[in-house]
Amino acid sequence: MNERQANTLVVTLVTLVNLLIAFLISGIVIWILGEDPWFALKTMLYGAFGYDEGLGYTLYYTTNFIFTGLAFAVGFHCGLFNIGAEGQAYIGGLGVGLICLWLDNWPLWLVFPLAILASIIFGGIWGAIPGYLKAKRGSHEVVTTIMFNFIASVIMVNLLSHVLRPPKNMSPESREFGEGVWIPQMHEIFDWFGLEITRTPLNGTFIFALLSLFLVWRFIWYTRWGYELRTVGTNDTAAVYAGISVSKNIIIAMVIGGGLAGFVGINEIMGSSHRLMLNFQAGIGFTGIAVSLIGRNHPLGILLAALLFGILYQGGAELSFEVQAIDRHMVVLIQGLVILFAGALENLFRPQIEQFVKRLSSLDS
Amino acid sequence: MMPELAIELTGINKNFGNVCANKDVSLKVESGTIHGIIGENGAGKSTLMSILYGFYQADSGSISVQNTPTVIRSAHDAIDAGIGMVHQHFMLVDNFSVLENVVLGTEKGFSLKKSLEVSELELHRLEKEYHLEVDINSVINTLPVGLQQRVEILKALYRGADILILDEPTGVLTPQEADHLFRILNELREQGKTVILITHKLREIMAITDNVSVMRQGEIVAHLKTAETNREELAELMVGRKVLLRVDKAPAKTGKPVLTVEHLNFTDDSGVHRVKDVSFNVRSGEIVGIAGVSGNGQSELLASITGIQPLQKGQLKINSETITPGLRADAADMRRFGMAHVPEDRQRLGLVTAFSAHENSILGYHNNSEYNGLIEMDRDAILSTCKHGMEHYDVRPNNHNLRVSLFSGGNQQKLVVAREIERDPDLLVVGQPTRGVDIGAIEFIHRQLIAMRDAGKAVLLVSVELDEILSLSDRILVMFAGQIMGEVDASVANERDIGLLMAGISKEAE
Repeated sequence: MNERQANTLVVTLVTLVNLLIAFLISGIVIWILGEDPWFALKTMLYGAFGYDEGLGYTLYYTTNFIFTGLAFAVGFHCGLFNIGAEGQAYIGGLGVGLICLWLDNWPLWLVFPLAILASIIFGGIWGAIPGYLKAKRGSHEVVTTIMFNFIASVIMVNLLSHVLRPPKNMSPESREFGEGVWIPQMHEIFDWFGLEITRTPLNGTFIFALLSLFLVWRFIWYTRWGYELRTVGTNDTAAVYAGISVSKNIIIAMVIGGGLAGFVGINEIMGSSHRLMLNFQAGIGFTGIAVSLIGRNHPLGILLAALLFGILYQGGAELSFEVQAIDRHMVVLIQGLVILFAGALENLFRPQIEQFVKRLSSLDS
Repeated sequence: MMPELAIELTGINKNFGNVCANKDVSLKVESGTIHGIIGENGAGKSTLMSILYGFYQADSGSISVQNTPTVIRSAHDAIDAGIGMVHQHFMLVDNFSVLENVVLGTEKGFSLKKSLEVSELELHRLEKEYHLEVDINSVINTLPVGLQQRVEILKALYRGADILILDEPTGVLTPQEADHLFRILNELREQGKTVILITHKLREIMAITDNVSVMRQGEIVAHLKTAETNREELAELMVGRKVLLRVDKAPAKTGKPVLTVEHLNFTDDSGVHRVKDVSFNVRSGEIVGIAGVSGNGQSELLASITGIQPLQKGQLKINSETITPGLRADAADMRRFGMAHVPEDRQRLGLVTAFSAHENSILGYHNNSEYNGLIEMDRDAILSTCKHGMEHYDVRPNNHNLRVSLFSGGNQQKLVVAREIERDPDLLVVGQPTRGVDIGAIEFIHRQLIAMRDAGKAVLLVSVELDEILSLSDRILVMFAGQIMGEVDASVANERDIGLLMAGISKEAE
């Protein structure tokens, strides 16, 4: 076993052990509540995977988490802690919504690229301003991105209740877009091939999310721009030595992160609700931080972690529906334990696991 | 008669993971002597001393202090056993006075004032006894490094140290300050103290020690009486093969100036004028050395020349390019003008140690067209550059996928030197090329620099190692307090003259 394989094994085992412990403790809590933890687990997994509708919802949530996970990861590789995916997704969604409202009699194949562009520009600007403040003024991105989450929220409330709301509508949301610009639902796509699945909010954006994972992976590790970004994130003095502009890369990373977060708008606004509404991004941005950290900021890890959170969201909803003693808060508790063990306490058992892998590899040779 | 032993280490073993830092080390240090421990970086000197001072525990082996078996679990135990340590990087509180620093951690009772008064008396006694004069009320950051070091020694003595360990004590001193330190150490020896001197400088071992132990790859390979050995023998023992201590070079064939620096000034963020009106040039085919005690503006000068700091005032000419502050040239521009730069601090500047060797082999050149396709980088081109460099410069282990942090200091430096020299630049700017590098690699890097010069390139060498400056340079500039104190022709230069310039005493003033 070489160093790299051993490392991969350690990382995988650490994550699995941490998840196991999070679930174990959740199980104990469920047991204390007087329910059967084994049944709860089965209900949850069945709710997430067991039938095509559940799976559809799971992947629909996963799509969102992929985008916000990537948004965090790109910043992280540049040494930034971008916790503003929430606001970036919100404003990115605004861009998508405006395009759809404006051009909803155009064909989808024209509107779709424009909507992507709009979410990149809107989300990107929402990332770029904190990026600029960090790069040129030294304001810490954690503080500014949080503030920008609030600013985004206020802007959206105002726009939706005063500007975009149709006059006779009571709720703060825009009118529905014309059907022509709706991204095809997955059941429609399957229908083209003569396959029949249950209708869920899962839509074509999922494929776009997978493509984003791939593109971010190539960008970070295979292009000179990614190389510069990682250099700035790992050793900024060496970046200056190499003639790499630290401030330029910080801004670029924030713009890319903001753009990726903005894609949540594609999935939610253009793919599912077909109208601009309040809080469509609620919690997705913050969950993206956990997704990225648990996935070790690597696209493959992010895919798996996003799937995990998709399962927790969908399976959790099913669980609170099926089992009486478990309500929505219990589901939040499980998610919290996962974040706690796989995110915050991730190195709790690392020394032991490293020891174990070392012994394993010495047995090998 | 058996000599009295201050320290006896028997069979010390220490492993860090798979790396064996100390292997069956046994060492006897006689009381009242100065005992040198010499070895290359990574030979295990510091680990051994850290075990003695309680930072690490040995995996096996035993320690005796003054003929009593002693278990040392912490620095506290070491101090109780009468062992004091002067670290390479001083452990002083900068904005405390000398007295406060000495007392720190030993103050007794409720009232600080009272313990300060008691210590003041004791401190005066120590100063007198060992000729360690320092104004005990002055604040540390107002003192020159030589005096700060004295405070460290006082601190150890105040804590009742009979055995004093000094870790690379002369790294930050001028030759004159180092001589003064040696006089103090002699004084300590005469008063019956035992001194352990860790160094990689052969000159110091020969100048002051009574006995010397040579370490190589975690083992002690020889115990010698200093009087019965010589520099060549010690160097050979350290490296394990014959070493050329002298650099052979032909007379310089100089051509046109490649780098011209005119009235360069630099003021740092806190408003300190670091570089004052520096002008000089470097011609093709010569090595110009800049000597000076570290911290006299060399780093800032280097940073301004290489584009790491924006040029503030003054003007540079590289080849036919004129660089003014308004141009806002960065390091990438400088490379384009024909400069390559081996930085002073490879881990902070020259390498991204978390990246693999091949990713580091293009740092600063990653935008070159040869490494880039339309969108993605050309991995094969990068690998071939890296492999070529690693082979040519004998970087070990020869594994281009290995993270750079896993290479030794010498091999890391070779990676940097390979990257910069292999570009065949017109001008090579080199800062501390052999800092923390083992003798074998030093020899190699020196030969490469000479080869650059002989190939008609201009080389600017900044180093705090006077030996290095003297043996490589054709012309020597000496920096002190941000100014060039004088220029010396290397063929007639001697250590004393340069030492005086380094201390800020110019010929005219004498």
